[in-house]
Amino acid sequence: MTAIAIRGGHLIDPGAGVDGLKDLLLKDGRVAEIAGPGKLKLANGARVLDAAGLVVAPGLVDIHVHLREPGQGYKETIATGTAAAAAGGFTSVAAMPNTIPVNDSAEITRWMQAPERGAAIRVFPIGAATRGSKGEALNDFAALKSAGAVAVTDDGHPILKDNIMRETLSAAARLGLTVIQHAEDTRLTVGASMNAGPMAFRLGLRGMPTDAESGLVERDIRLVTELRDARVHLHVAHTSTAAALAAVRQARRSGLRVTCEVAPHHFLLTEEHVGMYNTNAKMNPPLRSAADRNAMIESILDGVVDAIATDHAPHAIHEKEVEFEFAPNGITGLETALGLSLRWLHKEWKMPLGRVLSLLSAQPAALLNLKGRGTLTVGSYGDVVIFDPKAEWIFRARDTKSKARNTPFDGWTMLGKVRWTISEGRIAYSGE
Amino acid sequence: MNPPAAPARRQLHPPPVPASPFPYHPGSLLSAEDLSVAAIRHILARATFLENQDPLVRDRTLAKRRVALLFYESSTRTRTSFELAAKGLGADTTLVSSLSSSIEKGETLKDTGLTLRALGAEAIILRHNSSGAPWLLEAETRLPVLNAGDGMHEHPTQALLDLRTILAHLRPAVGGVDAETLAGVTVTIAGDILHSRVARSNMRLLPRLGARVLVCGPKELLPEVAALAGPGIAIERDFDAALRQSQAVMMLRIQAERLAGLQLNLEEYKKGYQLTGQRLAEHAPTAIVMHPGPIIRGLELTAGVADGPQSVILEQVKNGVAIRMAVVERALTAIPGGHA
Repeated sequence: MTAIAIRGGHLIDPGAGVDGLKDLLLKDGRVAEIAGPGKLKLANGARVLDAAGLVVAPGLVDIHVHLREPGQGYKETIATGTAAAAAGGFTSVAAMPNTIPVNDSAEITRWMQAPERGAAIRVFPIGAATRGSKGEALNDFAALKSAGAVAVTDDGHPILKDNIMRETLSAAARLGLTVIQHAEDTRLTVGASMNAGPMAFRLGLRGMPTDAESGLVERDIRLVTELRDARVHLHVAHTSTAAALAAVRQARRSGLRVTCEVAPHHFLLTEEHVGMYNTNAKMNPPLRSAADRNAMIESILDGVVDAIATDHAPHAIHEKEVEFEFAPNGITGLETALGLSLRWLHKEWKMPLGRVLSLLSAQPAALLNLKGRGTLTVGSYGDVVIFDPKAEWIFRARDTKSKARNTPFDGWTMLGKVRWTISEGRIAYSGE
Repeated sequence: MNPPAAPARRQLHPPPVPASPFPYHPGSLLSAEDLSVAAIRHILARATFLENQDPLVRDRTLAKRRVALLFYESSTRTRTSFELAAKGLGADTTLVSSLSSSIEKGETLKDTGLTLRALGAEAIILRHNSSGAPWLLEAETRLPVLNAGDGMHEHPTQALLDLRTILAHLRPAVGGVDAETLAGVTVTIAGDILHSRVARSNMRLLPRLGARVLVCGPKELLPEVAALAGPGIAIERDFDAALRQSQAVMMLRIQAERLAGLQLNLEEYKKGYQLTGQRLAEHAPTAIVMHPGPIIRGLELTAGVADGPQSVILEQVKNGVAIRMAVVERALTAIPGGHA
């Protein structure tokens, strides 16, 4: 494997506290050396990337994506989804188990990681917590873990029953696995297709109340409290309500290991963006009120939010060209997460660049215990994103690497253009 | 040491909400919200003109133009009156209903719309059980689309014919309407507001002309957020109190097909919200009684009230033809890029 020398760039490795001009040498898939500008000893044949004026950072880590394989290759494949991820600066993605069939076995977990899938970057499967994600019977977590699963969840569905969630938390804890909860009390969201409130009333749509999310988060935190086991790690997926964040904040103050992620659409958009039934603004959890959206921003800025995760949910074009209530939930997000985070969190709301990058790399990697990811210390994986932090550009859905185009961010201005994405020492994406 | 000051609340400037591109076609009528006072005045004036015109002359207004009626839900009044309206203007109409068409075989709304357009339809009148369907149809076909009722959302021509009925009784001398025409008038809409597209369209339309709208019903059928649906709307849970303030009362059917598992005690409901002869005589002896139909006698109102002297229910039906002639004419004569 050719060595890659990245020269002249501004290295930001938030986990390691590095923020300055450094050259970086990648060899054998790992970070081999970090040196002051011009100080690298170059082996023969090393490829040199000129990163002058660019930021060099740990490859981004998205712990919440839907790659649709096995079973729904018409929406996305592992190859196309990871190509989109690489274009977005990601080098690791954690793939949700709501595939067809549901990833509730070591066999499927291994299948997803096989070289034949053609992944451009590293895919970490997340195993289903219960058989078929039906919320009734626990899967064999040890088998899932040994096949490579990095967490368990029934994402797309909640683990609703108290006893099942309790067993899931404690069985996962024994193996050091994180439990990711899709917090939605589905008894309160029957037939609903957007946030409950004045907008849903005006549009004549049934609404999902915010308590459907926060109530389940509160229930889960109660279960974690009762278990009294420091190994238990509850992670709340796609948090969208102020009340759920408040519960997470409180749990943390009590010393519990409860973490959460927020998706870019939930810190940028509100239910008003549904407009006149835009199916590309339909997802679950739904876009919420401005008060909830503002709480997402505040909680990201003040550090309660542990990670930005996209909930990349590709669908075929024809699936979204239907009546709003019939359209499937979800939007794509891998190619817009960095550009939106830099444009809004960094430029508009003045979050330091290192902290934004940490939310997209070091912190999510730590949440799922992905060793050697989300950092560029010597010996870590050679997972790097190199981007122009000053470049503004317009995202066009038609130019996506994903199979899907279901995004509300078509035509939006992004900040930060990815020049190269390097996965384990190989160039996975090269932009102009 | 002083405690650290609380950090100043940041001034957030989030991304703006983009302006709606709808309606694409100036002849479309998707929502009562899209109607300016001038457009309402135009439609009402044309309704009266067309209604009074010699049918043999009127017949040439849209001679041989093609209008498609696309109905995903059953309908008596709306379908028949739209059909009579289009035919009365000389247009050819064709009816496609979800049963007995390729919709049964799984054809999508998009493909059905494109097919109708390919067959020469110049406007589509759509009744659909899913809120927002007319917006999808308009976006995909770019034809003028007339919303003949979408899910729980809107039924704008019903609101226009209700307005025409109200004006005939409460403002008989008024020629052209303006934003003050119904100042001082209170209209109560009572019953199943939550599931009613008629309520939503009237809640948007009537305040445009200065009316106050009181919505009335139990909280299962009338959530508090209804008061935020627009200006000029207030909730009054006490039906008798609402009646005492009203010059017009619009009764709504409980939409059993949309209750989605909601359990209602009908006896309780009738006690609180049924319009009876006694209630009407006691609290609103001069108000007009309206109903968009279908009426369920003995539930939201008694047979005596439905057939009584204050009832204008059949006038509403009759006004439907005149209003729909005006909006069909508008659909086929408005010029894309122009203003209607």
